[in-house]
Amino acid sequence: MNRRTFSRNIAAAGAAAALSPFSIVRAQAQKLRVGVLLPRSGIQAGIGQDCHRAVEVAASVLRELGLPALDIMNGDTESNVDVARSRAERLISEGAQLLVGAFDSGQTTAIAQVAEQRGIPLVINIAAAPPITEQGYKFVFRNFPTAPMILGDAFANQLEIFSSTGKAPKTAVFMHVNDTFGAAMQKGFTGVMSKFPQIPYKVVDTIAYDPAARDLSVEVAKAKASGAEALVMVSRLNDAILLTRELVKQRWSPMAVLSMGPGWYEDQYLKTLGKLSDGPLSFVPWYDPNKKLTKQLEAAHSKAFKEINLNTNHVYTFEALLVAADAFKRAGSTDAKALADAIRATNIKDNVSPGPGIQFDAKGQNSALKNSAIQNRGGKLVTVAPQAAANAKPELPMRPYDKR
Amino acid sequence: MALGLSVIFGVVRVVNFAHGEMMTLAMYLTLVLFSALGLDPLVLLVPIAAALFVFGYLLQLGLINPFINRPEHSQFMLLVAVALVLVNLQLIVFGPDAQGIRTAYSFDSFQLGPLIVDAAKVYAAGAALLVAAALFAFFRFTLLGKAIRACADNYEGARVVGLNVKRLYALTFGLGAACVGAAGAMLMAVIDVTPQIGPAYTLLAFVIVITGGLGSMPGALLGGVLIGVTEALGGVLFTPSAKSMFAFGLLVLVLLFRPQGILGRKTA
Repeated sequence: MNRRTFSRNIAAAGAAAALSPFSIVRAQAQKLRVGVLLPRSGIQAGIGQDCHRAVEVAASVLRELGLPALDIMNGDTESNVDVARSRAERLISEGAQLLVGAFDSGQTTAIAQVAEQRGIPLVINIAAAPPITEQGYKFVFRNFPTAPMILGDAFANQLEIFSSTGKAPKTAVFMHVNDTFGAAMQKGFTGVMSKFPQIPYKVVDTIAYDPAARDLSVEVAKAKASGAEALVMVSRLNDAILLTRELVKQRWSPMAVLSMGPGWYEDQYLKTLGKLSDGPLSFVPWYDPNKKLTKQLEAAHSKAFKEINLNTNHVYTFEALLVAADAFKRAGSTDAKALADAIRATNIKDNVSPGPGIQFDAKGQNSALKNSAIQNRGGKLVTVAPQAAANAKPELPMRPYDKR
Repeated sequence: MALGLSVIFGVVRVVNFAHGEMMTLAMYLTLVLFSALGLDPLVLLVPIAAALFVFGYLLQLGLINPFINRPEHSQFMLLVAVALVLVNLQLIVFGPDAQGIRTAYSFDSFQLGPLIVDAAKVYAAGAALLVAAALFAFFRFTLLGKAIRACADNYEGARVVGLNVKRLYALTFGLGAACVGAAGAMLMAVIDVTPQIGPAYTLLAFVIVITGGLGSMPGALLGGVLIGVTEALGGVLFTPSAKSMFAFGLLVLVLLFRPQGILGRKTA
């Protein structure tokens, strides 16, 4: 090697060394940084961590679908609206290019405000309060039914169940958790019910309770005293467990527990209460067991979490990540506006939730979603309505608690 | 639980802001021992009260005694810091999920005419009365109890007659912590535990002892009954979601018309 060749090699090596950081940056830019905000601690910790299971499973399923990998940044809202807002701010400051979350309507509302102010797309996994997508936001998208959508489908599915069993309650007590979601459902309940004059029961009392309540004995005593035949519920996990314990202790077995929210079908509910968990009907955003992607997700989920049934938390958190990966692939960029435009143009036919697929209307809402009715049976969940997506027949009335 | 707070404040004159967190510690101890040994919380009440006694004794001796003559805000911050440490330790060890135990009487209830009473709550109430009676007897009939009362009545006088006040303070804090331990063991039969429930119970204990009279043991018992009945009646007659409002309403009334609490003594 002469001096000239040596100098040329050194220059080439230097140039390569100087340029290599840029190539690293370019390689990093190929991954979308997604901030996933969930209530991983606090009163909703159980549900937040359940949602996180879908985050863990999503990577392998998205890879199988040929979608780009996501760089997940986890954030804990601590089940608190103010913390949710500050965590969203922090994730964006730390480089999150898209946000996903946050299970709770109150927390999601706070995150949506931050996302809109900072111009970062937010794909909502779970949150049903209608106002979130009624604000004219340009960066907020929701692939989850609103409270009126859940209620409308719930009444339709109830009518189908009452008709197929030939049994129906004449009176009911409506109990709801007094938070953003519960209040939105309560507001919608009366209005949507009036559109279903065939519903056979009359609501004799409405009881709201504190979301952080540790004792619901007074609430259940009041509901029992009303003499209602059925209990219509909008609750969370911990209160669903508390309420069931109180029903048993206060020796009240309603003919039916009709739940229009989370809690009553969740794994922790089934495991904690054993045979006492059987019977409640939940009218919830669920999954279509016949769709191809459902089977794929179910297989990946059961491989990762053998003891845990696939549920709403997993399905909609997974679909939020699916929307993010799909939009990123089409946008070919991490630019926030390009991502938001790509999300707005989403048209995923091969998805998991019931309905025609994932598309967003002008408000950023997937308004074509459908809900199912599921029932707890022997520690498992069966779909009992709508008939097209059912794999079992409904059982009504519920077996009394003292005869189990 | 409120009794423990009242005992500590009545003698040591320190407001224990880590009271609820100490109770969750006792609940987790109950959970662990129940899972390992299968013993009923009512049986575990004694060893857990003893364990919390040791914890409280050492806490007062090692950490709080040096703060006794410091400004109240220093004591306040110290105990808030203890509370935060306890919560975070519990989060690290036990995680954020609600955890509970299932005893033979978890779903039992007694029917008295139209009334249905939760069996676990009846047993817990019985145990609470026994603990309260034992504590009253200790303070009234034992020399040690009388010495502690002397410290509460006159700090300087107690020192003059040769009482080891700091050790007696540690003993008192230990007794207060033992009450919390007993409460935690009994409460485990009634509710599930998470590390975050502590502050709500600290607040509830404050409402009870302020209503009954801060530092008065009979006042703590009376306050507990009054707050419980007020919440229940408020929930049944009006709306359950506002039942805490009625308890705080009662507290405001007591503070307005009898600031020292119903059975509390006026201080100069």
